[in-house]
Amino acid sequence: MRVVTDTLVIAERSVRRILRAPDLVAAFTIQPIMFVLLFRYVFGGAIETPQGDYADFLMPGIVCQTIAFGGFVTALSLTDDLNKGLIDRFRSLPMSRSAVVSGRVLADILTNVVVLFLLVVTGLIVGFTLETTVLDFLAGALLILLFGYAFSWIFATLGMLVSSPEAANSLGFITVFPLTFVSSVFVPIETFPAGLEAFAEVNPFTLAADALRHFWLGTPAGDNVWATIAWSVGLLAVFAPLATLQYKRVASTRA
Amino acid sequence: MSAEPAVLAEGLEKRFGDVRALAGLDLRADAGTVLGVLGPNGAGKTTAVRILTTLLEPDGGTARVAGLDVVRDARRLREQIGLAGQYAAVDEMLTGLENLVMVGRLYGMRRADATTRARELLDEFRLTDDGGRPVKGYSGGMRRRLDLAAALVARPPVLFLDEPTTGLDPRSRLDLWETIEGHVATGTTVVLTTQYLDEADRLAGLIAVVDHGRVIAEGTPDALKDRVGGERLEVRLVELGQADAAIAAIAPMSDERPTVEEGTVRVTVQQRAGAIVEAVRRLDDAGVDVEDLAIRRPTLDDVFVTLTGHEAEPDRQEEAAA
Repeated sequence: MRVVTDTLVIAERSVRRILRAPDLVAAFTIQPIMFVLLFRYVFGGAIETPQGDYADFLMPGIVCQTIAFGGFVTALSLTDDLNKGLIDRFRSLPMSRSAVVSGRVLADILTNVVVLFLLVVTGLIVGFTLETTVLDFLAGALLILLFGYAFSWIFATLGMLVSSPEAANSLGFITVFPLTFVSSVFVPIETFPAGLEAFAEVNPFTLAADALRHFWLGTPAGDNVWATIAWSVGLLAVFAPLATLQYKRVASTRA
Repeated sequence: MSAEPAVLAEGLEKRFGDVRALAGLDLRADAGTVLGVLGPNGAGKTTAVRILTTLLEPDGGTARVAGLDVVRDARRLREQIGLAGQYAAVDEMLTGLENLVMVGRLYGMRRADATTRARELLDEFRLTDDGGRPVKGYSGGMRRRLDLAAALVARPPVLFLDEPTTGLDPRSRLDLWETIEGHVATGTTVVLTTQYLDEADRLAGLIAVVDHGRVIAEGTPDALKDRVGGERLEVRLVELGQADAAIAAIAPMSDERPTVEEGTVRVTVQQRAGAIVEAVRRLDDAGVDVEDLAIRRPTLDDVFVTLTGHEAEPDRQEEAAA
């Protein structure tokens, strides 16, 4: 199948690019570790969690946030490809029309697996205690990778809509902060004012973080697991075709 | 073998908002020839190439490349073409070799075949020693060579070069010209867009002059020069203030009115013989101080000014539509 080999070629290219960019490698490794340390030691003492230790509460949240935004590099690199004329080259080749994006997001999965591993190890060092079986741990990891995969397609669409990496960056931040902070990612949502709490309850980040807590800490599952899967599949159903469509038409609207 | 031209565009139309980038463009390139598409920024050259390489769909008209329709047979058409653009579209983070292997594989070649072909091209483009280095350390000329190599990976029968030497220093331009000439000799059909008249003159067998989205003249470089006719008399003045006096003095030598630009007065004369002597005499009689005086054959620059009424030099405006 042409789409499979083309996707693998692009994924290989994307991984090579990341490995050669020290700033990206740092962003992928140091930044999430720094986040864990900051929240654990700076905010951790001041934040009360209903059950158990804050480190336990925090880790699934940070994993969820980091993995969901791991695909952000996809937005940056597609914008870069557009501006440098590489998308034109790809579009002039007899390759699959979806492979440039699908290869790029496949590379995101690989980096997300590495980041996930780094986060869990860091978490374990700062006192995160997993209360789970191997199977449940893996189920949680898979679920959050699926969630991240869906977000990669959002970033892919975004990357081909904006005109510069800077624009992608600021748009990224505008979405990151409200979505992750008004959720159960960092703090229990029960303390929020009523309006915010209502938003947080339906926020996919709350659902995903709580679903991960279920798998890794044994908290009640509720609807969180299914809701997270539903969100991921729903986002994929919308943004995968949208990103591919945008790839096909992007150059026809650009000078 | 059919006698169908390698590239045939008829009545291409394309709009970007209010800008009419192509207004019924016709192009034709026979197999194994080089068609130079010549025009200033914004003339529609790049838009035409984008349509012919399936990057853009036309609003009207039809175009066929290698016998395949640019809209209906787009996918198969892409197997027959190579594109090198004005922005060297290579991945800066990858090495030269990795870039070429990637392109080869995206043309459907196996990794081993793509690698063999990539090494061949690196050799041919004198990039062997740098093939293992990331492209971001390459010079502008090296990038263009790699970009051109990438367009040639699949040995496409039709090659599109969109302003291949824009922004290059003279040495690298000459270098790239020689490489392109080498490939034309092997039978590749080339469509070359350029705003450099000397480039079209040197590389193209046939030139289509494009302005405002249409072809305004077509022919061999010599035929186009003949259309302008005559020899060019150029007089460099010592003092700009004497321009009017100089124009008045030499005006009787030609049917057209002499032009003046940056202290140089130019006019077309029908007869080469005696023109210099006559000009010197007339200018001397008028008391005009002459720094230099020369006569030369018309260049494509002259063709362009004659045909369009404006200079072909890159203007300061960004290319409006394409």
